[in-house]
Amino acid sequence: MPAIQTRGLRKVYPASTAKTARAAGPPPPGAPPPGAPPPRGEVIALKALDLDVAEGEFFGLLGPNGAGKTTTIGILTTRVRATAGTAHVGSQDVTGNAVKVRQLIGVVPQRPNPDRSLNVLENLIFHAAYFGIPRSTAHERAMRLLEQVDIADKAHAKVDAMSGGQQQRLMIVRALIHEPRVLFLDEPTVGLDPQARLSLWEILRALHAKGRTIVMTTHYMEEADKLCDRIAIIDRGELLELDTPEALKQRAPGGTLIEITLGGPADSAAGRARLLEGVLRAEAQGPMLRVFSDRGGRVISQLIQAAEEAGANVHNISLTEPSLETLFVARTGRKLD
Amino acid sequence: MTTAFPSRVAAAPNDVSVWFVFLALLRRDMHVARKEIVFFLVRTTMQPLLFVIVFGYLLPKMNFVGSGYQTALLPDILAVSLSLSAIQSVALPMVQDFGWTKEIEDRLLAPVPTQLIAAEKIVAGMIQGVIAALFVLPIARLVMGPIPGLTLTHLGEVAAIVLLGSLAFSALGMWLGTAIAPQQIGLMFSVIIAPMLFFGCAYYPWRGLDVVPVMKYLVLVNPMVYVAEGMRGALTPDVPHMSLAVVGVALLVIAGVFWTLGMRSFFKRAIG
Repeated sequence: MPAIQTRGLRKVYPASTAKTARAAGPPPPGAPPPGAPPPRGEVIALKALDLDVAEGEFFGLLGPNGAGKTTTIGILTTRVRATAGTAHVGSQDVTGNAVKVRQLIGVVPQRPNPDRSLNVLENLIFHAAYFGIPRSTAHERAMRLLEQVDIADKAHAKVDAMSGGQQQRLMIVRALIHEPRVLFLDEPTVGLDPQARLSLWEILRALHAKGRTIVMTTHYMEEADKLCDRIAIIDRGELLELDTPEALKQRAPGGTLIEITLGGPADSAAGRARLLEGVLRAEAQGPMLRVFSDRGGRVISQLIQAAEEAGANVHNISLTEPSLETLFVARTGRKLD
Repeated sequence: MTTAFPSRVAAAPNDVSVWFVFLALLRRDMHVARKEIVFFLVRTTMQPLLFVIVFGYLLPKMNFVGSGYQTALLPDILAVSLSLSAIQSVALPMVQDFGWTKEIEDRLLAPVPTQLIAAEKIVAGMIQGVIAALFVLPIARLVMGPIPGLTLTHLGEVAAIVLLGSLAFSALGMWLGTAIAPQQIGLMFSVIIAPMLFFGCAYYPWRGLDVVPVMKYLVLVNPMVYVAEGMRGALTPDVPHMSLAVVGVALLVIAGVFWTLGMRSFFKRAIG
């Protein structure tokens, strides 16, 4: 049995409770039949997600905002109820046995949400108590973990006196205090400066090296690439790709992605670009001309010429080497962030 | 940086005692309340104390109201203090936690049924209602001077009304705090709490409404009426009041209804 398994996982937010808004409306309607268009105002966050995460794996959910990553984590951490499908963590059903699942998991939220009425150590000792851990054990574990993430000197500090990076480390320690089997992290490095991000990566690598199963969502391709054993690329509630970072990169369309923003529609320029030598693929999306080239940036001058011949001014040019990013763009026609 | 994390624990942990977790949650709330005790007492007792000063001390001294008014006022002041503090102790943190801080999420991850987290909040609010009543009673007595007809011989009844009343209002706080959108919290005070105070028989006895019969029956939907009348019956039994049996049953029913609504609303907010 894998550490995590989902089958046909679907989540539809009814119009009356669409995520942040809250209204005491009628009970949410049942799931519409698959394939049926959503009634007005409904949000389909997940369509039918099948995932298997192995014990000890560092698993990444990569996708842009609104892809369904946070909903997936929400369901797996028992905080969101799936509309259809099944999800198991450590062979426990997240719906039928939520209490057992909560014992097996640690959760690091997207934005640090420590208990601001308590200091750092109190946060950890009380959190451990919510998991039935006696004070003396909790104190010893808390100090050891704080030491390991380099914030032991903040043990008696107010949470508000800590930087964003330090608060995020506190969230990791809090998630580990009851020694969970699976650690979930939802966009853990959003809002962190580059240095804080790197040291967080180091902490996650160390945890992974000790065999802990980690599931992390991110919309940073580099983060997924550097940390994860396998990556699921999801967009609009659907799984697009699932493999190791190396295999995914090999699957990326050959060549460099060249994106040229024009002053007007790019369709005619795309037609001309396709005729150029070294252009593997060219497509237009509004004023954006997207070209995959096997000659790197050397086709740029010809592309500019083609655009101008098509009567369009060039406003901006960007180049991206073959990567998870170019794979994502090729699959969805959009960038990750 | 040290990176010597312990290896993960492979064995499934044992079941966690629900009582252990409940007491831990309660200890957390009491720990925070203790740290903020001054703000808590000021927040919940300022309004009733101002009433005591104006209606229990100044107006009688000016002879605008008869001295009997103090007797009518004291039980009400207690009722108002405990009700306001029980509501606010639950509703305000709920609005904040679910609205923007999301701080309660660390408790929602505890391996216990989600309803237990809500139940603990209601019990914590109830305790704070009782503390507010205990705090206001001696101060009110001090400001108003001797109060004719006040008796402490029915302490059992007083305790029962205080506990039931705090429970009902704490559960109401849970419902309001989880059902109202954060941006409408101001409305809660002007549309719900203010009318509840003014039409709660808190500054006049219910029997006094005999002169306006429509009002007398309309106010029966207001839970404050039963706490105020219960206090009146238990502390100043000579003043005409509602039967304590009726008060007890009404408060039980109200507490049950708000408990159910509060639990349901909390669950809806906690699990998306």
